[in-house]
Amino acid sequence: MSAPTPVEARGHQATTLSGRNVLSGVLLGLGIAAFVDEVVFHQILHWHHFYDKGTPAAGLISDGLFHAFSWFATIAALFLFADLRRRGSFHRSLWWGGLLLGTGGFQLYDGTLQHKAMRLHQIRYDVDLTPYDWTWNITAVLLIVAGTILLLRARRRPA
Amino acid sequence: MEPMPGISGVFAVVLLTAALGYLAGAVVIRRRGGWWPAERTASWIAGLVAAAAALIGPLADAAHHDFTAHMAGHLLLGMTAPLLLVLAAPVTLALRALPVARARTLSHVLASRPARVLTHPLTAAALNGGGLWALYTTGLYGAMRDHAWIHMAVHFHVLAAGYLFTAAVIGVDPAPHRPGRRTRIAALIAFLAAHAILAKHLYGHPWTGVLPADARTGAELMYYGGDLTDLALIYLFCRQWFQAADPARRNRPAAPRIHVVRPSRAPWRLPAEFRVQGHSARDRNMVSH
Repeated sequence: MSAPTPVEARGHQATTLSGRNVLSGVLLGLGIAAFVDEVVFHQILHWHHFYDKGTPAAGLISDGLFHAFSWFATIAALFLFADLRRRGSFHRSLWWGGLLLGTGGFQLYDGTLQHKAMRLHQIRYDVDLTPYDWTWNITAVLLIVAGTILLLRARRRPA
Repeated sequence: MEPMPGISGVFAVVLLTAALGYLAGAVVIRRRGGWWPAERTASWIAGLVAAAAALIGPLADAAHHDFTAHMAGHLLLGMTAPLLLVLAAPVTLALRALPVARARTLSHVLASRPARVLTHPLTAAALNGGGLWALYTTGLYGAMRDHAWIHMAVHFHVLAAGYLFTAAVIGVDPAPHRPGRRTRIAALIAFLAAHAILAKHLYGHPWTGVLPADARTGAELMYYGGDLTDLALIYLFCRQWFQAADPARRNRPAAPRIHVVRPSRAPWRLPAEFRVQGHSARDRNMVSH
């Protein structure tokens, strides 16, 4: 990411657009997590079920909202990214920090609230779920921690 | 349930009238020396073809007994056709092709309070999503298969509500009271969520008279097929924002969404008087408009 940065963008604008860098990263991270969930776990492995008979309404509503929002998040994040690039305000660690945070955040929400509390569907069927659930949620926490570290480091050392 | 031949005739006449009306408008504009982009005309015709595929012919006949075919028709009529029709900017065409007095009446109607309420994204989303929930979770779906007039009304509603909603979110036609982008994207996400929730609901609670396997295939088609149109809607919405937010445009008035003359694709050049003599005639023509 060594595109030439306009001089005027380095000072004032780069700092005012730091929120937009994080936002673009978070939205794309959320979109990537939802996309991997759909493609890998639903379509390729067929571990996740499209629908479980016992799923309460709250589970379906949450799934529908996140499904709709993740499409929007993916596309909007890419346009925000293009916008930051054309303004010369792209900030690598803020953006990557946001991305990891978004991916981990969605995965943790999916793994705890959607899979467990709302019983939308389980990670896999006819197996002992404990190792799957722990792997799923620990990965999520690690992603969140990595994202937070990147964001904190970017804050300490601006641009 | 037998296919309804009388209904196909009505649908065919309506769609043909819409096609001829649009073509007549484009011809009127061109005769006056105006410019109407061919891709808009193509988009209008493609939209009508998508609607026709859902209303007339083999898919429409299969939809009477096959839920998956019905759902394919629903996606074509309620999502694909409206998107293509909205991109054809029929209101702009009408405003430019109609005589001045009638065009004024039309713009008054569009600016009126009822039109404002009806074309608001939240109203349109409620009409569109509410219509679907009513169709699939009440007795309407069954009644539609037995009564020709209900069949016609439901199909008209699906197309009209789909059009209103698409126009409210990504419309290119002039809309005097178009709400801000936040309202529009909230309406879009709410509708897409309602669509996805309904698809999963139908998967688990198939309508009586529909075989479970057929209901599941149809519901999955609704869920993932809807995603495809959503992708186009969200992309167009974001691209409109991206173009409007261009920092290079900040001090210039916003470009019209639909040009009256063909916009020049050539890069900006020095005005003729500053240029070295001996350039081609093409350059002089560029300056003239």
